[in-house]
Order: sequence, then structure tokens, then C-alpha cells
Amino acid sequence: MEIFEYAFMQRALLGALITGLIAPALGIYLVQRRMALIGDGIGHIALTGVGLGLLTGSAPVLTAVVVAAAGAVAVELVRQRGRASGDIALALLFYGGISGGVFLVALSSGRTNANLTAYLFGSPLTTTGPDLAVMAVLGGLVLAVTLLLRPWLFAICHDEEYAHVAGLPVRALNLLLAVTTAVTVTVAMRAVGLLLVSALMVVPVATAQLVTRGFRSTMYLAMAIGVLASALGVGIAGVYDTAPGATVILVAIATFALLATGLGAVRGWRRRRTAAGT
Amino acid sequence: MSPADTPVIDRPGVPVVDVRGATVAYERTPVLTGVDLRVSAGEVVAILGPNGSGKSTLVKAILGLAPLVAGSVALFGATGSGVRRHRHRIGYVPQRLGAGSGVPATVGEVVAAGRLARRGLRPPRPADRDAVARAIAAVGLTRRADDPVSALSGGQQQRVLIARALAAEPDLLVLDEPTAGVDATSQDAFADALRSFVSGGGTVLLVAHELGPLQPLVTRAIVIHSGRVAHDGAVPEPTGYHALPGHEHVHPHARTDRTGIWGPGWDQ
Repeated sequence: MEIFEYAFMQRALLGALITGLIAPALGIYLVQRRMALIGDGIGHIALTGVGLGLLTGSAPVLTAVVVAAAGAVAVELVRQRGRASGDIALALLFYGGISGGVFLVALSSGRTNANLTAYLFGSPLTTTGPDLAVMAVLGGLVLAVTLLLRPWLFAICHDEEYAHVAGLPVRALNLLLAVTTAVTVTVAMRAVGLLLVSALMVVPVATAQLVTRGFRSTMYLAMAIGVLASALGVGIAGVYDTAPGATVILVAIATFALLATGLGAVRGWRRRRTAAGT
Repeated sequence: MSPADTPVIDRPGVPVVDVRGATVAYERTPVLTGVDLRVSAGEVVAILGPNGSGKSTLVKAILGLAPLVAGSVALFGATGSGVRRHRHRIGYVPQRLGAGSGVPATVGEVVAAGRLARRGLRPPRPADRDAVARAIAAVGLTRRADDPVSALSGGQQQRVLIARALAAEPDLLVLDEPTAGVDATSQDAFADALRSFVSGGGTVLLVAHELGPLQPLVTRAIVIHSGRVAHDGAVPEPTGYHALPGHEHVHPHARTDRTGIWGPGWDQ
């Protein structure tokens, strides 16, 4: 595809590949814990960080990391309490985060030409060299945590009570997972946007576990699917001039739908063949 | 450094479990009141009692999962934060596998998680992989090691949990109703695994509703009733119609002014 001869397309593709690789690697732990949508909430909170960055003239990515990390730690504290009112606390955090973000971005509009939708739904085509460097460094951190600490993160997400009894540093691991979630959200912000990042954390994992039997195999396949959907999505967006972030997510969802119907058809065919007695 | 790299030598005669005057309350309602329990090395102690008697709460208090309002719990002679360096010596087998995981996991992966208690944060050594393989073999699931846990029967899943506890090569096994709703094959596999653990010098504390094939292993029984210890000694054997499921809970011979061993609600 000659469209990738343009440097801006190459940067967009690289950013999307980093996102596609790390989002499922982190997301699998959230899915395992049945907190698949928590990434969406952290994305809401991160927007306040973006607003703060734009308003104070600092790099929005860095302020977003800090605010999202603080929000993720707050979410983790709410989860640890396990109170019935936890839902309400999360709603306050998430909607406070997104409205605070919209408010601050609007305040800063006189000073910058920043576009709110670029942060909410991604703008990979405007990825700069320095942007890419930040994404690569933060993405490397996310990969290091999610791959190297897999046995321990698996243990706390699989059965937290058991991990406590076994003497694992459960609280520290939980906080690390929360902060890593925040970093992943921020890295993905440029490629797919804060409102779509959660999809790339969850959909590839859901797709992978249609065919996998174990945790490790699910993780690797989900990462491959994430990379594939990102590459394909950015490619399609480049050729047909569609919204890149949304295209990536639609490709991921289409992969899930195709695999699910394909498997369903194969299983149905096998059942009929067995029933026919051949 | 991993927990196992710090050798722990117990002073002789120190009980493995020493509970004194333990009181636990949920939302101010006392669930356990002044419970004393001492378990020495090599004992197999069954905690019996009707539903809601507080027997599972006692286990949770011992494991540090339920906070004490009063009293103390010592494990291997250590209390409070001192228990931390003994954590890898405790194998816990919960009633069932949590709320269930959202992602598939193989038998081998779940059992390997149990080994982390002894591994600490260091990379795995051959000894760790051997211990995991031995634990899976001990419950007779070697051929299912690469199967997802969700594809196993309830009884087999329960065996995965005991293998996870055994993988840490613990000195104390704590089991919370391990055989509830488990098929006969799995109950026997369970009893075999427990028998070899005990013959290796292990100590067992087990909450049970019915002992089944585990009965011959049990050396002492505690009966909890309404949050208090109602009996501590030999295994009380329900005989005749008491042993049948769904029998009537009429005890015309029992004095009504004191708590019976098999108080109301006991349905075995």
C-alpha cells in the first residue's frame, strides 16, 4: 500500500501497533477480574488530565498519565472496600472526570487549537515523532509489567483471597495493576481515543478465548489479534479516509463476530454429522 | 529472596494453630464468641457444625481473612504481622473457586499459582515445576493438566484447588468444606491426597458438613454451635436415623437448657 510511504502514515501505524499490542496484554487481567469496563472509566478520568495539560501548557500526555493513575488508584481503593455504594463512587469519579475534562479543554480553547474529539476518539494521523517516543517508552513499561509479572497478576485476579492467604503482596500488585491500566489508557489515547480504548483492551481478549484453553495462550493470541486489528484498521482508514480509531475497533469487533459465527457453524455441522451417525 | 529461602524452625511444642478467645462480628452481630482452639503438628482436626454456626468464619479468622474483634490467633507460634513469614507454610483450599474467572485457565496454570507462595518473586526453578507436577499427580489429574478448569466436573475442580494448596508444599492444610457436593470418585481421590499429606507429617484443619471417606483420617473433632465450641474431642458419630439425610431434628432426650452437639439446623 503506497499510502504507507507517507511518514505521517508510518507514525500512525506504529502508534496503532503499540496500542494494539499493549491494550489486550493489560486488558486480559481486567476481563479475568470481570471488570472489563473499568478501562472506559479510567479513560473518562484521563480527560481531566488532558484538560489540565492544555490549560497549563504542559504536555497533555504526561498530565493525563498522572491524573489517570490517581483515578485508577481511587477506583482500586473503592474496589477493595467492596461496598454496595461502590457503584455510586465510581459514577462520581468517571463522570466527574469526563465533565472536568470537557470543562478544562473548553477553558483552554482560547490558547490552543486542540480538538476535543481528537482525544476522545483518537487522531493517529497527527502523531509526531516525540509522541511516538513517549508511546514506545510507556508501552514498554506496560509490556514489562504485564508479561514479566504474569504469574502474580494472574494469581491476584484469579483468586484474590487465596493470594492473601499465600502471603503474596496483594495490595502492591493491585496498585501496580491500577497504575498500569492508567498508563495503557494514556498510550492508547492518540491511536483510538479515550472513549474507545476499553474496546481494544476487551474485544481481542474475548475473541482469543473463543478458541484458547489457557490463560497464557489467550494472552498471546489476544495481543496478536490486537496488533492485526490495529494495522488493518489504520490501513483501511488511510485508504478510504475513515475515522482511524473507530475503524480499528470495528475491525476488532468484526474479527470477533466472524470467528464466533464461523466456530458456531463448524460446531453445528459437526453435531449434525455426529447425529447422522457417520 | 523467596519465602522458602528463609528456613523457619519452630520451637518444640508450639501449636501449629493457637486460637484464644477469638470473637468475630459482622456488622456488630457476633458470629464467633470466645473460641479457643489448639492444633498440634500432625493432628487432623475436623470442625463440624450446622450451617451458619460460624465454622467457616473460624477458618477465615485463622487465615486472617476475617478480622478479630477480640482474642488472638497464632500460627506456628507467630501472631499479627509475624505470620507473614509463615504464610508459605499454609495451604488453603476454599469451598469453591471464587466467582469464576472471566478468562480460561488450565489446570496447570491454576496449580502453578499455588506455588508462588513458596517461590516469592524469583523465576521458577526445576524444583518448582516438579512440585506443581507432583501436586497435580497427587489428586489424579495429570492427564487433564492442559485442560481448562471450566471443562472439569465440580469434583475435579475441587481437586484442582487441593493441588494448588499442595503445590506450595505446606506444613498446614486448611480446607473449607472440601467434599461438599463432590462425586464419589473425587472424594476418594481427595482422601488419598490427604492421606499421603498426613503421612508426610502434615497438619490438617478441615471444616466439614459430612466427613465421608475422610472420617478415618480425622484424629479430633471440634463442634461449633452458635459461634461457640460445643464439643472438642473424638468424632461424634451420628447413628441410626440421624445419619440419614433429611432426618427430623427432634431430640426428646436432650436437655433444652443447653446447646446440643447436633443442634437445630444440622441436616446430615
